[in-house]
Amino acid sequence: MHSRKPFYILVALLFIVGLSASIYRGVKHQVPFLPGEQVQSWAVDAKISFDGTGDAAEVSFSLPQDPAYEVLVENASSPGFGLSVSDAKDARRAIWSIREAYGSQDLYYKVTLVPTGVTQIHSDDIPSQPEPYLWPATEKSAAEQVISETWSRSASNLSFAQQLMNAITATKRSQNMELLLSSQTATQVFLHMLQTKGIPAREVSGLYLEDQRRRQSLSPFVEVFHNGEWILFDLVKGKQGRPENLLLWERSGHSVLDVMGGVNSQVHFSMLQDTRSALATSIDMMMNNNALDFSLYQLPLEEQSLFKGILLIPIGVLMVVFLRVIIGVKTSGTFMPVLIALAFIQTSLVTGLVGFLLIVACGLMIRSYLSQLNLLLISRISAVIIVVIGIIGVFTLLSYKFGLSEGLTITFFPMIILAWTIERMSILWEEEGPKEVIVQGGGSLMVATLAYLAMSASWVQHWVFNFLGIHLVILALVLLMGQYTGYRLLELKRFKPLAGDA
Amino acid sequence: MNIAWPWELRARGVLNMNKRNIDYIGRYNPRKFYKRVDDKLLTKQLALANDIAVPDLIAVVREQHEIVHIPERVKGRTGFVIKPAKGSGGKGILVITHIEQGRYYKPSGHEVSPSELDRHVSNILSGLFSLGGKPDVAIVEGLIEFNPVFDGYSHEGVPDIRLIVFKGFPVMGMLRLSTAASDGKANLHQGAVGVGVDIATGKGLHAVQFDAPIEFHPDTVKKLTDIVVPHWDSLLHTASSAFEMCEMGYLGTDMVLDQTKGPLLLELNARPGLAIQIANGKGILPRLKHVEAMSSHSMTVAERVAYAKIHFNG
Repeated sequence: MHSRKPFYILVALLFIVGLSASIYRGVKHQVPFLPGEQVQSWAVDAKISFDGTGDAAEVSFSLPQDPAYEVLVENASSPGFGLSVSDAKDARRAIWSIREAYGSQDLYYKVTLVPTGVTQIHSDDIPSQPEPYLWPATEKSAAEQVISETWSRSASNLSFAQQLMNAITATKRSQNMELLLSSQTATQVFLHMLQTKGIPAREVSGLYLEDQRRRQSLSPFVEVFHNGEWILFDLVKGKQGRPENLLLWERSGHSVLDVMGGVNSQVHFSMLQDTRSALATSIDMMMNNNALDFSLYQLPLEEQSLFKGILLIPIGVLMVVFLRVIIGVKTSGTFMPVLIALAFIQTSLVTGLVGFLLIVACGLMIRSYLSQLNLLLISRISAVIIVVIGIIGVFTLLSYKFGLSEGLTITFFPMIILAWTIERMSILWEEEGPKEVIVQGGGSLMVATLAYLAMSASWVQHWVFNFLGIHLVILALVLLMGQYTGYRLLELKRFKPLAGDA
Repeated sequence: MNIAWPWELRARGVLNMNKRNIDYIGRYNPRKFYKRVDDKLLTKQLALANDIAVPDLIAVVREQHEIVHIPERVKGRTGFVIKPAKGSGGKGILVITHIEQGRYYKPSGHEVSPSELDRHVSNILSGLFSLGGKPDVAIVEGLIEFNPVFDGYSHEGVPDIRLIVFKGFPVMGMLRLSTAASDGKANLHQGAVGVGVDIATGKGLHAVQFDAPIEFHPDTVKKLTDIVVPHWDSLLHTASSAFEMCEMGYLGTDMVLDQTKGPLLLELNARPGLAIQIANGKGILPRLKHVEAMSSHSMTVAERVAYAKIHFNG
């Protein structure tokens, strides 16, 4: 007896690879596990306006780069301007340029963003220590007093920042603090104090996303580095941590908008919330990340829909293997039921069943005439094929005339398979009588119906196309059932006489 | 309840379809020898080379144009059998027991017109009855004059004896009797009666029809367990020597008793059915395991038959 260990290892391997590939698909590429899932997306428009002075103008505008949002689509419109996007690390910027700009100019940048669910900003490399801020002479002693007081009440960089924020946003502030805030904003004071202590921190700009808002501006925040993570502080509201629906637009520490050769520059944002299919979103995102290099989504739509059908066959085959090996159902033709089930998907179940029975019944009648003609098998089958095409044509025409649109789908039946079915049934009828025809034909139709029910479930269709790993799992199951040496369900009934008396 | 529990069947050693396919057919029947049993013409030639008696061969029809020669070849005979060389499950076998003025009659008395006969042979050649629809040849064989000991036990057809031969040991036997329901055919799934036969004595043990136990033949109402198969030793020898002939480890041998020629080998089967267990009222697995557990033996046919008669009786 040869060892079955390699076999089981193979099956386990297929199972694990298939399952983990599917899970990877779902988690990493955010392909939804269920069909019809929706995700929220945000469409944000930035409008930059400035007055040209008649000279060459260059506008440098930072683009959003926030781990919490993934850019799905972005585009910029700027009549007459040259546009380039610099992809520098941590600082994506759009640069518009024009040789001469007179009067008021408007530039637009549109972006569609999808939340990724990542709310924390981790950083692998530790930022360099900032240069200490040089306080103006008038503020120096006040700042140093506040810093040393706060420092003594803190244990770490983070708690220092927290204490500092409390001191700045307190309703009753110290005189030193009032002095500092009279010449600088709260954000600046906070940032400068952290820098004085050599704590990595930077000013960032964020946009609150609210549905159907127009003419919004960016709000200032400070990111403080603590234990490999950037923590957000809102000095205006005196809050630590990331508020909901905040998009960090600029977080490299640079300015959001630089305009050379223009005056009165400003930027305004408007935004719109939208729901879209989770599947389409994840495919778009994969497309952006070039993750589609070897994938069915690359194919033209027509081939994709073809594959959607082809990839259902493993499910039907699995069903047939299960019904034959585990249950023990007899069918005429091993995989004929799968092909019939595929046709049912096009025709819908009831129309398909009725159509199938009509065609086979008519075919059997005509076949019984052909059998009297004493033909060679090959020409008889060919004749049946032609007759089947005729029957399908007649039924299609009839249902069209009577306005039954369901009848038109009858053309989806595989004609060669139908012809063979008719031939086999006819021989079966002659040899074993009509009863056996009904038993085997009924068995085939039952298997076809079950295969159809399995294949037409929308989540099955979703899984077989979007999670290709599932086919390895099916392969593993089929291999496993190929080793099943137990009793079939129907054998338990068949061998009942052997189980009784001992 | 009408369903047996799996462990009940396992305890009784009942072999099931999946286990038969994987553990016995798959393991003991080498693919390359399949044609020796699947092609009845080849089986016949091998049997003759091994001194195993078979029904006489009247003609082999290989091409459509040879069909017209059948009537002259069967002239002067009382009857004949036409079968596909690669048929399965008894499909495509046409038995003619009576020829009168160029007209053919089936055992049931129904006439088969010459054109129907032509069509039947043509169907055989086209592969309608062969596995996978491959083109086939038709074999015309002489009729078997069956032994009168079975009178009253069979309806129209010839009773045949099925022995399962495992690695050369006859492990289980069954007599198959045709009935009105089976239209004179000896295939159990078509309604023939199966009578389990004691390997030691050739005496009937249990009987089944349509997988259900019965006591009397449904057409002749004779008690089935009274049967004792004559020439039993010689049948066991024939079956057992088929192992050397085709080298298949798990083999079904189908034989008939001819009144004058004695046991004739009809055909071999590489995928013998499981109903023989129901006919014997017991599972075959303990006997198969018994043979499997024996260290590699080099027994002669006679020794194997003697061994089987001691160990596989009852």
